[in-house]
Amino acid sequence: MSNSNLSQELKEEVEALLNAYVQCIDDDDLELWPDFFTDECLYQVIPRENHEMGLPTAVMWCDSRGMLEDRITALRHANVYQVQWYRHIISNPVIKTEDGDTFQVQSNYAVFKTCNDGESTVYNVGRYVDEIVRDKGVLKFKKRSAIYDTHRITTLMVIPI
Amino acid sequence: MNAITPPHLKWPTGTDYTAVPYSIFNSREVYDLEQQKIHNGPTWNYLGTEAELPEKGSFKSTYIGDTPVVVTRGQDDEIYAWVNRCAHRGAEICRERHGKSEDGAYTCVYHQWAFDAKGDLRGVPFQRGLAGKGGMPKDFDKKQHSLRKVRVVNHRGVIFGTFSDDTPDIEEYMGEEVSYHFDRILKGPIEVIGHTRQYIAGNWKFYSENTKDPYHASLLHLFHPTFGIYRASLGGGSIVNNDVHSVLWVENSKEDESKLSDVKSDNTRTYQDGTYQLADMSLLAGAKEFDDDTSTVIFSLFPSLVVHQIQNTLAFRQILPKNENEFELVWTFFGYADDTEELRNIRLKQLNLVGPAGLISMEDGESTELCQKAIVRDGEYTNVLEMGGVGTGTEDHFVTEGAIRSLWKGYRKLMDV
Repeated sequence: MSNSNLSQELKEEVEALLNAYVQCIDDDDLELWPDFFTDECLYQVIPRENHEMGLPTAVMWCDSRGMLEDRITALRHANVYQVQWYRHIISNPVIKTEDGDTFQVQSNYAVFKTCNDGESTVYNVGRYVDEIVRDKGVLKFKKRSAIYDTHRITTLMVIPI
Repeated sequence: MNAITPPHLKWPTGTDYTAVPYSIFNSREVYDLEQQKIHNGPTWNYLGTEAELPEKGSFKSTYIGDTPVVVTRGQDDEIYAWVNRCAHRGAEICRERHGKSEDGAYTCVYHQWAFDAKGDLRGVPFQRGLAGKGGMPKDFDKKQHSLRKVRVVNHRGVIFGTFSDDTPDIEEYMGEEVSYHFDRILKGPIEVIGHTRQYIAGNWKFYSENTKDPYHASLLHLFHPTFGIYRASLGGGSIVNNDVHSVLWVENSKEDESKLSDVKSDNTRTYQDGTYQLADMSLLAGAKEFDDDTSTVIFSLFPSLVVHQIQNTLAFRQILPKNENEFELVWTFFGYADDTEELRNIRLKQLNLVGPAGLISMEDGESTELCQKAIVRDGEYTNVLEMGGVGTGTEDHFVTEGAIRSLWKGYRKLMDV
């Protein structure tokens, strides 16, 4: 794939999306989280072992904006879990585009989790593999896969990665 | 109470099975005794599925209790298992989670002692020494140095292992109704569609209790009631086989109006009349695939396996104790080899409901941790298991802890206390 059409301006626009996404989660603005996706989308959090074996099982798998919203409604009103905060660190984005409207992006992430006891632990480490498109002028995720190396999830996963 | 019973295993007298001392959930001494008497004792332990060992030479690493075990498919197409510890100096032989041995050999990296799929010793480097010096004694007999072998059974494509010659035939071990549900869910060849793993800071037996507890389902897991989908008034119950195995089942067609009015008047969060609605109802649009109306079956084959059908999700949950305070839960999700693409997609979507991030049941790990944290200094205190009376056995409703009481009855037999 050619990268010749990736101007500095486009690069910054994609990186701004990657940054805004994790900041939304870390700031607990989860009601805004579905806005980062197109109406028809695929969001999945999948263990690396399944991904590498070609097995489709993911711990979170949402193929519509409605399913993203339902994750947040459940998190706010149904699911029972201890108070916890995420802190995402993202790095090394590699951005590819042909036309400046559709982007293939891969980046690394680490999520630290802190609970009420004050201990911060490395909770989930992996990479995002994204397909980003321009939707009514704004960049959104058409597809976002969080492929995690930390394939042993501590206790549970309620907040999206 | 026999003379060697550790103090942590002292059961309160005169309580039948309605009170369990907390000390059995965080004592290393009890944990070690469980490994000896339960996991290394007369029990069948889940090792995996035949589907994970598709070819001659395929292997998979797993555990019986906390003992590392490798399961193999030999050149004769039979399934074998052995402890993953070299017969020479105790090193781990197989260092991969799964794979295929092209030549059928399993070679320890330390001194390259080589074993076959059955666990028999095939080769010892420098056995006869070099230039007349060194080497093993002349009477060294490779036949005497096999790996520690596990007795295995392949039952409907699911592989179980035991260290004991006294473990009965697998169907007798399960009991009639667990066996019925096992056959029902293993109705045809399966395909594994993935694994997820969860590490939980709780004693493994808290999870055993959890999976025999129909009482908590509508109270802890609030996804269904919040969206007005499930209530404790649905038909179903809990079945006990051979004390330690159980079946929890829910039948959608059998809602009982008198129970429903009791649920409403009980004023708990378990009944909520459409407070919230799912934005995408396709999550719950399942497909009927069994000849009955059973929408949920969770059956437990003590000590290591829970099998579930929750709507169209199917899974083996392997319980792997790591120490007295921690266990790992390995979920193996499956479908059937003849699934249509549509049905397979329904399964994938519904996997959102179960597992480590399961909308319905993510709280199970949390609940065992809540218990583990709180009992730390209170070993002589006991829990209270009186819901549904004091009896042990099968009930046709959810407001009972009968299957948990039965578990402790069977546990005490196995542990000889």
